[in-house]
Amino acid sequence: MFKYILKRLVMLIPIILGISFLIFFVMSLSPGDPARIILGEYATQEDVEALREEMGLNDSLIVQYARYIFKAIRGDLGTSYQTGQPVIREILERFPFTFKLAIGAVMIAVVLGIPIGIISAVKQYSWIDNLSMVVSMILTSMPGFWYGLMLMIIFALNLRWFPSTGASSFKHYVLPCITLSCNTFALMIRTTRSTMLEEIRQDYVRTAKAKGARAMRVIAKHSLRNALLPVITVAGMQFGILLGGAVVIESVFSIPGLGTYVVNAVKLKDTPSVTAAIMFIGVIGGVVNLIVDVLYTYIDPRLKSRYVKPKAVSRSEKEAA
Amino acid sequence: MEYRTDDATVYAVNGVSFNVGKGESLGLIGETGAGKTSIALSIMRLLPDRIGVITGGKILLDGTDITAAGESAMCDIRGEKVSMIFQDPMTSLNPVMEVGDQIEEVLLLHRPEMTVEQRRKKTDEILEMIGIPAERKHEYPHQFSGGMKQRIVIAIALACEPMLLLADEPTTALDVTIQAQVLEMMNGLKEKLGTSIVLITHDFGVVAQTCDRVAVIYAGEVVEIGTAYDLFEGEDHHPYTQGLFGSIPNMNVDEERLHPIEGLMPDPTILAKGCSFADRCPYAQEVCFREKPHCREKNGHRVFCRFSKYPEADREEDVEYE
Repeated sequence: MFKYILKRLVMLIPIILGISFLIFFVMSLSPGDPARIILGEYATQEDVEALREEMGLNDSLIVQYARYIFKAIRGDLGTSYQTGQPVIREILERFPFTFKLAIGAVMIAVVLGIPIGIISAVKQYSWIDNLSMVVSMILTSMPGFWYGLMLMIIFALNLRWFPSTGASSFKHYVLPCITLSCNTFALMIRTTRSTMLEEIRQDYVRTAKAKGARAMRVIAKHSLRNALLPVITVAGMQFGILLGGAVVIESVFSIPGLGTYVVNAVKLKDTPSVTAAIMFIGVIGGVVNLIVDVLYTYIDPRLKSRYVKPKAVSRSEKEAA
Repeated sequence: MEYRTDDATVYAVNGVSFNVGKGESLGLIGETGAGKTSIALSIMRLLPDRIGVITGGKILLDGTDITAAGESAMCDIRGEKVSMIFQDPMTSLNPVMEVGDQIEEVLLLHRPEMTVEQRRKKTDEILEMIGIPAERKHEYPHQFSGGMKQRIVIAIALACEPMLLLADEPTTALDVTIQAQVLEMMNGLKEKLGTSIVLITHDFGVVAQTCDRVAVIYAGEVVEIGTAYDLFEGEDHHPYTQGLFGSIPNMNVDEERLHPIEGLMPDPTILAKGCSFADRCPYAQEVCFREKPHCREKNGHRVFCRFSKYPEADREEDVEYE
């Protein structure tokens, strides 16, 4: 298993190179001159030219890219054109906000969505099922910022239970996390319901019933674990996406997260910031995917044998456990 | 017993009546879709929720009618008094649970007085009995062959030494050598534990090898019932049984074609007024389409055909008991 994880981490390197290459060239295609942006509108053409020479902007793109990568390998991802700060520090300052938001949203979605999905599947076509299907449809069909604004009006302006904007305390995260979880929550209900519906009709469930197991036990001990695989895939994917920053929600609630950072950097053609931030998001996505894949093997023993030699699994894993 | 869907009602089992004595094995034989599995699922009360319904009749287990039993009471009966071996061993085991745990679960459910050690020991014994080394109990179903999986399914069914074992085509998914092994094992268990067996099959060879008595099922009805000897060597048979035997290819004669029974099974959504086999029966007369046939019997060998040579018998009520 360790070897597999290592292999997957090594595989991230070409992915990161690809991402950075793409971003670098796309940014160079967009209009605007970084030197002009740094020096401002009223700088003379000579000053701009001098700065361009100093920054190496007159070299060919390939040379610029190679120079960037060699610096990046030494841990220098450049400084922001806008603030003059090292971009890595800026990203690490922003990331905790995004991380808290994402984990909060996914937790809400998982903790509520999975049980509701299970109940919906087990009591198919009951009023609970119909209600949860309607709710999940409403949740997916409206844009997130609208929910954000509604929650803000009700809970921040009228009831004054939670602050409307900012990110300084736990209370500040309640409304944004709920808003951000809407989509994922609906997705969790639907995924759990549909996979459970499939699993509770499987032959092994009938075997479990034939053993004399009661309904609750059949669901908890037999169907659920089999149904979890797609659910975890969706939850992991959503988590990965949310970690990339939620631009709209961050803007609505004025949270200084990664999403707004990237958007601002793009607007200002701040190439080092954009490239580094996107690379960072890429790494995070890769790591989340890896975690999900490793989780799979703990849920489904059939997958484990694909990663590790079967004999080694049954012995060493057992001893470890 | 009916299956009710939005589109139609399927009359799957109609007025089937038979009994199984202690330590006896009864074969249910019939073609695909005749209602054999529906009979077994009715006895287990595991018909699909809200679709499969037992509309009448009684299922007596040791004198008690289990059609009236509540779900909780049924949970105590399933696996403990009546258990079932399912058709497809590939899908009948939980893919993410160790096989040892799957066997042990039955004990956990029905033998609460056993300690953890006792249960583990018993599980090991059961595994050894079905010829799987006890060390392999920590492996998962996908690590076993089809025949081994079927033996594990059988082990689950036998863990609590039930009174009645319903075996739904236990050998269909297996190749011939494993078939023989599994049948021999079931026979051995019948003798050792005194279990009654209902063996569902469409294979006459399996019936001949293992069953004391045989019921031939056609379109959800019993058309002939008797001892295995009656079925193979009896004086008279139902035309359907004759047809079934006729469709077994004879290896001693050089024939170019097989002899199937002409036609198809009647539409199960329409309840036949007369004999359900009349459409395909070479001897059918006008009266067969109008009236249900009477039961004719000789020394316990019953044939449900009005043209049987056997004398008429009273039809028993719909009961199934041990």
